[in-house]
Amino acid sequence: MSFLSRLKPRGGVHPEGRKASSADTAIRAMPLQQRLYVPLQQHIGAPAKPVVRVGEKVLAGQLIGAGQGNISAPVHAPTSGWVTAIGDHPAPHPSGLPAATVIIEPDGEGRWIEADVPADPFALAPDDIAARVGAAGVVGLGGAAFPSMVKLDASRKSGVDTLIINGGECEPYLTCDDRIMRERAAEIVSGIRLMQRAVGAANALVGIEDNKPEALAAMRAAAAATGVEIRAVPAMYPMGWEKQMIQVLLGREVPAESRSADIGVLVHNVATAWAVQQAICLGRPLVSRIVTVSGGAVAQPANLEVPLGTPVQALYDACGGFNARPARLVLGGPMMGHQLTHTSVPVVKGTSGVLALTQSEIGLTQPAPCIRCSSCVRACPVGLLPLEMAARIRTDDLAAAVALGLKDCIGCGSCSYVCPSSIPLVHYFNYAKGELMAQARGKLKQEATKKLAAERSARMERIAREREEAAAARKAAKEAREAAAKEAAARAATTEATA
Amino acid sequence: MTPLAHSPHAHAPTSVSRIMATVMLALVPATLFGFWLYGWPAVYLWTVSLLAAVAGEAAVLRLQQRAVKPALLDGSGVLTAWLLALSLPPWAPWWIAVVGSLFAVIVGKQVFGGIGQNVFNPAMAARVMLLISFPLEMTTWVPPMSQLPGMLDSLAVTFGGTQLDAVSSASLLGHVKTEFTRGLDLQQALSGHYSPLQALWGERSGSLGETAALLILLGGVFLIARRIITWHAPVAMLAGVALPALLMNLIDPGHYAGPLYHLLSGGVMLGAFFIATDPVTSPNTAAGQLAFGLGCGLLTYVIRTWGAYPEGVAFAVMLMNAATPMIDRYVKPRIYGRTRKGDILAAQPAKKDAA
Amino acid sequence: MIVPLISLTVLGVVLGLILGLAARFFKVEGNPLVEELEALLPGSQCGQCGYPGCTGAAQALADGSAPVTLCPPGGRAVVAALAAKLGVEADLSGVKDAVPSIADVREELCIGCTRCYKVCPTDAILGAAKHIHAVFKEACTACGSCVEVCPTEAILLRPIPPTLQSWGWLKPDVQPRAANEGVLAA
Repeated sequence: MSFLSRLKPRGGVHPEGRKASSADTAIRAMPLQQRLYVPLQQHIGAPAKPVVRVGEKVLAGQLIGAGQGNISAPVHAPTSGWVTAIGDHPAPHPSGLPAATVIIEPDGEGRWIEADVPADPFALAPDDIAARVGAAGVVGLGGAAFPSMVKLDASRKSGVDTLIINGGECEPYLTCDDRIMRERAAEIVSGIRLMQRAVGAANALVGIEDNKPEALAAMRAAAAATGVEIRAVPAMYPMGWEKQMIQVLLGREVPAESRSADIGVLVHNVATAWAVQQAICLGRPLVSRIVTVSGGAVAQPANLEVPLGTPVQALYDACGGFNARPARLVLGGPMMGHQLTHTSVPVVKGTSGVLALTQSEIGLTQPAPCIRCSSCVRACPVGLLPLEMAARIRTDDLAAAVALGLKDCIGCGSCSYVCPSSIPLVHYFNYAKGELMAQARGKLKQEATKKLAAERSARMERIAREREEAAAARKAAKEAREAAAKEAAARAATTEATA
Repeated sequence: MTPLAHSPHAHAPTSVSRIMATVMLALVPATLFGFWLYGWPAVYLWTVSLLAAVAGEAAVLRLQQRAVKPALLDGSGVLTAWLLALSLPPWAPWWIAVVGSLFAVIVGKQVFGGIGQNVFNPAMAARVMLLISFPLEMTTWVPPMSQLPGMLDSLAVTFGGTQLDAVSSASLLGHVKTEFTRGLDLQQALSGHYSPLQALWGERSGSLGETAALLILLGGVFLIARRIITWHAPVAMLAGVALPALLMNLIDPGHYAGPLYHLLSGGVMLGAFFIATDPVTSPNTAAGQLAFGLGCGLLTYVIRTWGAYPEGVAFAVMLMNAATPMIDRYVKPRIYGRTRKGDILAAQPAKKDAA
Repeated sequence: MIVPLISLTVLGVVLGLILGLAARFFKVEGNPLVEELEALLPGSQCGQCGYPGCTGAAQALADGSAPVTLCPPGGRAVVAALAAKLGVEADLSGVKDAVPSIADVREELCIGCTRCYKVCPTDAILGAAKHIHAVFKEACTACGSCVEVCPTEAILLRPIPPTLQSWGWLKPDVQPRAANEGVLAA
């Protein structure tokens, strides 16, 4: 009983897939644009440091930004051309704030750097595989963009028994993982085996949602006799949440505030496996990715293989532009993606989709009072009480929201999706999380301020005390001198008198 | 500049008014059956209830200087009045419906701050108020008759307040309770008054829309299928009535009626599927709803069997409404990766030698 | 009539006596509240509240002689924390949320007089006599003490522009639809 219930996904919603429009056409290569805007930070962690100068000629795959610190990833030139500027450009971030970006003007030749290809990739030492993955700038392509080398290294050291490859592309509209599995299954399987070797995992499992039968068939064919097991998982949102995937495939639950490696599991996305294969077997760093361009307002939805740094406007143009007025442009999937503020923002390593949605696709947005229907409670894959948390946050009682489990919220948006009152629940949660972070920063600063103020007042006191002491010493010395003079005078007087 | 929209950029095809409309749709069969069974007075009573609720809610919203239209359009006030009407004696005078509806939407809901804020189910609060304040009007039932008054004569029944005595009869629950006080046992009390088949179909004296057990069940199943409600509260409430009934019936069949009698009489079916499932006043979690439903059922049985009133659904639901915040406080879902108490689960380290 | 009157009076007197005695015997020496309040204040001793430093402000808050809205650099967060600690309702409407700012010395106007350097409560201003001063931004609390003493008005408080790291979502501006419109839809 408990074993069965453990294998069952919790909560979740079944949004309309709307995948057919982009799933049935093959991946197309995106034509090269006149300028590529390559941000130096396309990953979680420290931004890369530019290692090229303005005016410098670069080749495709050439390092332009070196990773710095423990958690970081390098950035490479997507094509050959010239570096025309290194400066600020709107980042693919909900705020639309600028970020450091290397701007490259392609020369159109697309010449690659000389690749370092090992004779037998499967004979490489595990740490060598991880190092090559790191040097190629591979990050999690499912959207989180966490540097893959860091995960591989940590997992090799802590020891994992199972490598899970996440093919649970659960966001509506997105089909980039579906297409890459259908078209590049052999490469993905090679990538999986390389990663399996890199971490020493005994098992490799690929979980693919059962609404992608073609991808399942292609992957099964490619994985035959490789030891990589392909398994269908129920299609639901958020199946692609790695902890959900682990639970459904293995029946193991990752403890709160922990990573999956703590229970001996490493999870990577299918597209990441492909990028690993490209990095090791072809010596090609990560300079392009598959992006789904879809939505009701896009004339010809498609999957494009896009050089990183391509502005999203070009993606819409390459898909025939808009055939309806888009009510909202979205970067990523509709459930967790964010609204685009500029169409000049570039495609980065974590960009899985670029959508143009009509108002009817977005649905209701006018909030109404909560009727406590608890649809959100049933939908939450984590087992939280979204309605209660939002009510606390609305009255600025963040501590109560944290006590209800705010920090365990994964922001999947299932609660907002099902809310009949259209309450922006996940907006409340992300606001509160940001506010808590700001408060933590403020607290650190307040402590530093107090320390500085205390040091200053101590110093002031010391200076005052020293001044006082000096004055007292001077006074004492003067008095001593005067007393001595008086004494001398008195003595002189007495001697005079006696004389 | 339009504010930045937060994800998700998609929304399920659902809304409060759609939920309310679906629940009303589920009530239609039982309501029509009630109209057929008790004639035009029932129709008038139902209409007066709904109109009073809408007018009362609109007036109160205006007094509060709040927008009237959105609050009326969500349909919650109409649904409340509908449920109240179904729980009234079908030939009750018009002012019973008016007073009840106004009490439900104003004192039962708006005083608490409007939809979603009330502690007690407004329809049940109004029913209890009416039962305590106007016991005579609230316990004067009519038997289902082959000869129903016409449309015009019925006006006199609802609005004129006449001829009630001529047709009054007791509800089954009230009848049994009265017979017990006369020293009769259950068999004698029930003879000629009760047949399970009749109770299932609903051709008996009782509240306007509470008698047709099968049709109510049909509506409830429809709501479960449409995912408007879950099975937890209704099943628990029915079990909460049936289990003690079964137990007591086994102990002393001469005095305690069996589970079928209890399930099919009074407001148990309507309460289980339409009142105990009221989202606002019931717990948030499946486990909480089970506890809530069980409590409603047990209290109903206790009040019916040992209380002063023949019927206890409204009281039971209100008592459990009051307990809902406490249930919600103690019955929470387990958070992923944590124990029920909220501690972090122990990690199971990697299986080194897994094949 | 007379019996309840007497019994209630006696009851009142006795209970009042017990309360009075309890107040005397369980009296807490000193006031731990002042320290707790001071911990909530920014601690830069800037004096913008008009009290001598944060301790003075905490004292005044504990006495009830100062409103919880007294601390301008603290913003709404400090007001909310103080109100929660003191168990009072805070009127947040008049409180401007302190936009995170830092002091900025305009080099063309600075004459290197060191006055700002001397008043800065957190030693956030660097420089020496006859040298243009600079602000150490990690230490600046935007208390504004330096702005007041600068003879050439060379110092301004400037909001810190948000970065990708510090940016966060605003609170969703939703009120229930019914309350939101606020006008009669008649």
